[in-house]
Amino acid sequence: MIKGDDDMNLKTLAMAGALGIAACAAQAEVKVGMITTLSGGGAGLGIDVRDGFMLAIEQSGRSDIEVIIEDDQRKPDIAVQLADKMIQSDKVDVMTGIIWSNLAMAVVPGAVAQGKFYLSPNAGPSALAGKGCNKNYFNVAWQNDNLHEAAGAYATDETFLNAFIMAPNYPAGQDALTGFKRYFDGNIAGEVYTQLGQTDYAAEIAQIRDSVADHVFFFLPGGMGISFLKQYADSGVDKPLIGPAFSFDQGILQAVGDAALGVKNTSQWNKDIDNPANAAFVASFQEKYGRLPSLYASQGFDTANLLISAVETADVNDPDAFRAALEAANFDSTRGDFAFGNNHHPIQNIYVREVIKEGDVYTNKIVGTALTNHADAYAPECKM
Amino acid sequence: MRREPLLNAAVFLGLLAVVLWARATDEPFTITLATRVAILALAGVGLNLALGLGGLVSLGHAVFFGIGGYAMGILASHAQSYSPLIEWPVLIEGTKSMPVIWLVAMAASGLAALGIGALSLRTSGVYFIMITLAFGQMFYYFAISWPAYGGEDGLSIYVRNGFPGLNTLDPIQFFAICYVILGLALWLFSRLSRSAFGLALGAARQNGERVMAVGIAPYRLRLVAFALSGVITGLAGALFADLNRFVSPTMFSWQTSGEIMVFVILGGVARLFGPVVGAAVFILLEHVLGGLSEFWHIYLGAVLLVVVLFARGGIIGLIAGREVRHD
Amino acid sequence: MSLILFIEQMLNGVQFGVMLFLMAAGLTLIFGVMGLINLAHGSLYMIGAFAAAWVAGMSGSFVLALIASLAAAAAAGALIELMVIRRLYDRDHLDQVLATFALILIFSEGTRWLFGSFPLFLEIPPYLSGPVTLPGGIEYPLYRLAIIGVGLLVAAGLFALIARTRIGIQIRAGEADREMIAALGVNISALYTIVFALGAALAGLAGALIGAIQSVQVGMGEPVLILAFVVIVIGGIGSIKGALVGAILVGLTDTLGRVLLPAVFAQFMAPQAASSVGSSLASMSIYILMAGVLVMRPSGLFGKA
Repeated sequence: MIKGDDDMNLKTLAMAGALGIAACAAQAEVKVGMITTLSGGGAGLGIDVRDGFMLAIEQSGRSDIEVIIEDDQRKPDIAVQLADKMIQSDKVDVMTGIIWSNLAMAVVPGAVAQGKFYLSPNAGPSALAGKGCNKNYFNVAWQNDNLHEAAGAYATDETFLNAFIMAPNYPAGQDALTGFKRYFDGNIAGEVYTQLGQTDYAAEIAQIRDSVADHVFFFLPGGMGISFLKQYADSGVDKPLIGPAFSFDQGILQAVGDAALGVKNTSQWNKDIDNPANAAFVASFQEKYGRLPSLYASQGFDTANLLISAVETADVNDPDAFRAALEAANFDSTRGDFAFGNNHHPIQNIYVREVIKEGDVYTNKIVGTALTNHADAYAPECKM
Repeated sequence: MRREPLLNAAVFLGLLAVVLWARATDEPFTITLATRVAILALAGVGLNLALGLGGLVSLGHAVFFGIGGYAMGILASHAQSYSPLIEWPVLIEGTKSMPVIWLVAMAASGLAALGIGALSLRTSGVYFIMITLAFGQMFYYFAISWPAYGGEDGLSIYVRNGFPGLNTLDPIQFFAICYVILGLALWLFSRLSRSAFGLALGAARQNGERVMAVGIAPYRLRLVAFALSGVITGLAGALFADLNRFVSPTMFSWQTSGEIMVFVILGGVARLFGPVVGAAVFILLEHVLGGLSEFWHIYLGAVLLVVVLFARGGIIGLIAGREVRHD
Repeated sequence: MSLILFIEQMLNGVQFGVMLFLMAAGLTLIFGVMGLINLAHGSLYMIGAFAAAWVAGMSGSFVLALIASLAAAAAAGALIELMVIRRLYDRDHLDQVLATFALILIFSEGTRWLFGSFPLFLEIPPYLSGPVTLPGGIEYPLYRLAIIGVGLLVAAGLFALIARTRIGIQIRAGEADREMIAALGVNISALYTIVFALGAALAGLAGALIGAIQSVQVGMGEPVLILAFVVIVIGGIGSIKGALVGAILVGLTDTLGRVLLPAVFAQFMAPQAASSVGSSLASMSIYILMAGVLVMRPSGLFGKA
């Protein structure tokens, strides 16, 4: 356990070295604890958030932000343990990094209750957006329902009449279907909950074929989405698919291939959003890591820039001033306009993207805007 | 062999020494880690009762761990929101009192163990491993999709539950609770293993027919052992939930069952302190290797492999030598 | 639900079952001959899928990819048999579980280290893609029919291997009495290596075939491993026939459960609640089936008591 402290210092030093900064613990003014998923299943998302975040810190050239990075292995109890370590031993000021809603629910309430700031680069469970909102909790990505709501709005705009909707049977899946229905004006021709981690969708595809639906909305993150898209493309059913960006991000698309081409998906970010911050981000990310940035990388990048903007104007030891600086969201987001609502969740545009092929690489291009300056449905319940 | 009792004492006092040292040097996180070791060791002591004494290879002990955890989560969440658990036929309120939660956790996991054991013990060998795994998966999928208590998101409890006369939010006081309970469980285990019940159980493990010939039903012996084992692991689950102030279906997953089993085997099956040494070494490895590389699971796997292949009897067996059996 | 849709769903269930059989066959063979529980079987499945994806990416040929999956998984199987597994034959199941659990950790993170954290691409070859129309007007993907065909071929091949060939005779003799066949001069350790590599190759083939319609990613082996265990336990461990029957039983239970249970609950519940409750129960259905079978027949349907 003495070892534990050694390896932490080692990591800090290694990181400072990598950044070319002669930082040491005593000089650092803001300590950031990043808990994210770096090993096992789902590691790709955590690695993207980390890489985006560290790119922004590096570009800022600041030596007064120290980042401690730990791997939660996608296990809630490990995440809680790491949060305890960061709060008790490392004495961090700000926490960030968690990818999954269930891990966020395990860590965030405790962390903010102990006076830490938490900046979410990915998960946005509804429990933290409504009655359970907290003045020290900021979400820089989206509330979980947002992209699904945008899909519902897009389906309404396209005058689809009958939807077949599908998601895994767990809270995020149930929220996804509720979010879609909130903005979809047509009928629900079929509503199916699949098993979490399911890999074979033959039975669901047969139901889709048999239904009167004129389009399909699905929320199947990670490998589940890859499996479904491949099997759907091979089944000959040609009802148009709509989904949130999670099944169409840069990391996954290459594994889906042609099966995803032409599918519409909703996202608050894409690499072709036209603003200088985004163009610089995409170019520098590609240069540094040798791959196209994903949605998650952009969220990590924005989270770090939000933090940097607050550090520039306020002292983290003055929580009220620091909070006000975060609330101002005075940074150049890769998404263009970005502001926080009363519950510290984004108010932003959500776009419709289409999967295309650029040379050998599968990627997305924006084809429309589903919702403009969209806030979430839980904001009115938040009393801060 | 007199080395094992000495080793046991050293391990038990060593854990305490680490905590006292951590308190002296103001390292509260080290205390949290030691508390984690004590709780996971307790879960392992439960499994060791079935696995070591009874020879019942259960890959479903996460069920009891999870039930203990959810007993805490459900009772505390009702107390937190001031909404009664049941209003009819009798009013049952939630509670934030640890002793009450422990009793409920032990009763619930004991009942579950009786039920699962009664069905599973009809099988043996690999079939037993797999049927216990199947029960684990049933609970896991149920917990994920059951919306009332958070589903996969789990349940957060904002303040640790209370124990009369102690401040459980102070890491060292909560450690003390877990440490004393672990000590009691170890004492119970050592008494049981030397009792008539324990000896009959050991005999049934080695030769079921012989025990039947002297008029003891191995099925009943094993069922009692399995239920007791579930009770202890369930208590550990309740403490674990209180340590994290959080419960989630992960506690029911087959990986959790596998990890509890790893503690027992790593330390030494049927050794009194096997689970304690196993849990301590596992947490230490996780902490040290996790800092070295993103791919630390490779090293963890290699260490486990070496222990299984070359250190029969686990780490305790390696240090204290082969057990001398008196039966 | 129309009759045609019901028949199509039955077909889906059988097809899912055959996919599981490909995985379960190697597992049950290894258990039957050597008495070994191999949790790392899922890793061999993953190795097959990754090898296939890699070779298909380089060469563009699906046939070469399948050959690569067989070769890579067999080689990996032979390697771990020689280095690790053969030390475990005379150990109890506990040690086998832990050692092969350790192998999962090594293989999973090793694969991630080699190939990165993102899923790989593997697709159905053009000559097997798209649906065909079956009698009765069912449109069914050709590739899934091909999987059923391969699964049945593997089953027939294994039956023939065990019933007709010299190695089959040795395998059966070894199951019955290990010392005796060693005394008769059969090189038992070579036999075991061959059987283990064969089981591994089957897992690798399954990984490549199924990887083409699923996601080739680290950790893809564990969910299917658990299902394969359910299959062989229901069928009776060591029995190829049991694995085939168990696989189809599990495939049908899972598929029909997913389709029918929400429909049943919809009779007396709101659609959203019915779908949620029905699918919860469906996700538990195969485990309930397994527990039920074992309570009735503690050694599975075709197991030796």
